[in-house]
Amino acid sequence: MPSYEIAYETYGTLNAARSNAVLVCHALNASHHVAGFYADDKSNVGWWDNLVGPGKPLDTNRFFVIGSNYLGSCFGSTGPASTNPATGKPWGAEFPVVTVEDWVEAQARLADRLGIERFAAVMGGSLGAMQALQWTLSHPERVRHALVIAAAPKLSAQNIAFNEVARQAIMTDPDFHGGHYYEKGVVPARGLRVARMIGHITYLSNDAMMEKFGRVLRRGALGFDFDVDFEIESYLRYQGEKFSTYFDANTYLRITKALDYFDPAADFGGNLAKALARASAAFLVVSFKSDWRFAPERSREIVRALLDNRRIVSYLEIDAPGGHDAFLLEDARYHAALRAYFANIDL
Amino acid sequence: MNNGMRPDLEAIVKWVPPGARVLDLGCGDGALLRHLWQERQAPGYGVEIEDQRVVACVANDVNVIQADLDSGLSLFGDRSFDCVILSLTLQAMRHQEAILREMLRVGREAIVSFPNFGHWSARLQVLLGRMPVSATLPYEWYETPNLHHCTVTDFEDLCRKIGIRIGERLVLHGGRPVTVMPNLFGSVAVYRCTAQ
Repeated sequence: MPSYEIAYETYGTLNAARSNAVLVCHALNASHHVAGFYADDKSNVGWWDNLVGPGKPLDTNRFFVIGSNYLGSCFGSTGPASTNPATGKPWGAEFPVVTVEDWVEAQARLADRLGIERFAAVMGGSLGAMQALQWTLSHPERVRHALVIAAAPKLSAQNIAFNEVARQAIMTDPDFHGGHYYEKGVVPARGLRVARMIGHITYLSNDAMMEKFGRVLRRGALGFDFDVDFEIESYLRYQGEKFSTYFDANTYLRITKALDYFDPAADFGGNLAKALARASAAFLVVSFKSDWRFAPERSREIVRALLDNRRIVSYLEIDAPGGHDAFLLEDARYHAALRAYFANIDL
Repeated sequence: MNNGMRPDLEAIVKWVPPGARVLDLGCGDGALLRHLWQERQAPGYGVEIEDQRVVACVANDVNVIQADLDSGLSLFGDRSFDCVILSLTLQAMRHQEAILREMLRVGREAIVSFPNFGHWSARLQVLLGRMPVSATLPYEWYETPNLHHCTVTDFEDLCRKIGIRIGERLVLHGGRPVTVMPNLFGSVAVYRCTAQ
């Protein structure tokens, strides 16, 4: 690509020593809008607003927080819906398949531009955690602390399988047109809906889903038809519908590929400890017991590799019920630990 | 921390050589690890299961790994520590043999302290038909986290049976060493062990 734009937001003030910058990396469907709301859109609250802000665990009175939108997104950074300068048309299917490493390089250029030599911390959950981990490998000297939350060092076959079903849902939608749907004035909304429904199933734990929806009937009695019977069906349809109105299908295909491809140990014969030998940051690794998408065992692989390298690392395994989504939710133990961790970071 | 420090911990601190790599099992709020780092420049990790204590470790700026000791030390590689510490925790575990073996797999030396059930006051209370309650055994039988009590003699028998060499022993009561009939007059025992 000849050039690209990266959308970002900042919160708080960079100190004179430029030592208080924290980069927050977002997950699959989020954006650089990490915290707060806009003057003209008060209902649009940042996705990690419960964690980031004045007086919050990541205190923006003390830290300069940057939310960066990944390359290929549909929320402001250059992505498949952006205009390809070579053709004057949307990139569409021609937009490259970008990787977590590419995102980190783009974020490093953003850091250069903002005059940040070294981050006090790089932090993320899920796919964002993979970026935080990659930061410690691509630019070890630029990261003092890495907060790797609800992560996996690479996707399992089951994780990839879910992603492939989501991609197939999009690519087999008649409105997909091989990725060139922008010119046709349509979006593969059916595919996006199904992709999002699958995603949501993997974000919630069975217990959380049962607690929230149980087998509650939407219409009071079984319909003996194919309309919505159970509340969970209604929820998934609603989430899918909402998603299809704002998310770009080509972006979805690419981020799921970025997830599938992420595997820092691949160049080291699958030996994660060897792969992480480059990292020099101090780590806080957090997992959630009810998360079956990236279960605690996956985080323990990272912890084990860091311990093998005698790195500074703490690991929390939080018994929160929320499933993979727990990293976004408020939990007293989780937030107390993050608050204490950030408070101990010298500026 | 020195003045108010638990007597078994004072012994443990003295046994940790400067600069040693330490693993503290059941590390509580991380106070011992912090002390070892400050006094002995000994870096380390703690293992703790309870949420509030894990958060306290983070606040104390010590490395903590949240894990259940009874499911083993699989996160830690062979011989990755100089000292592995288990202070007043052995009796609350389910698998004593397994943890002692694990300690000497991941570490060169194991330092273990436990309340001595052979202390005369415990013997007397049992003789009088009651489960013992004392400063070192502070729980009523229905609320105790302790599962497997042992005496000085019992512990040494187990070490012999599973091939653990006892390098040094310190038996204490009221913070003072007990040399005469330690299994009767000592309320806390501290051991340094290695693999044979």
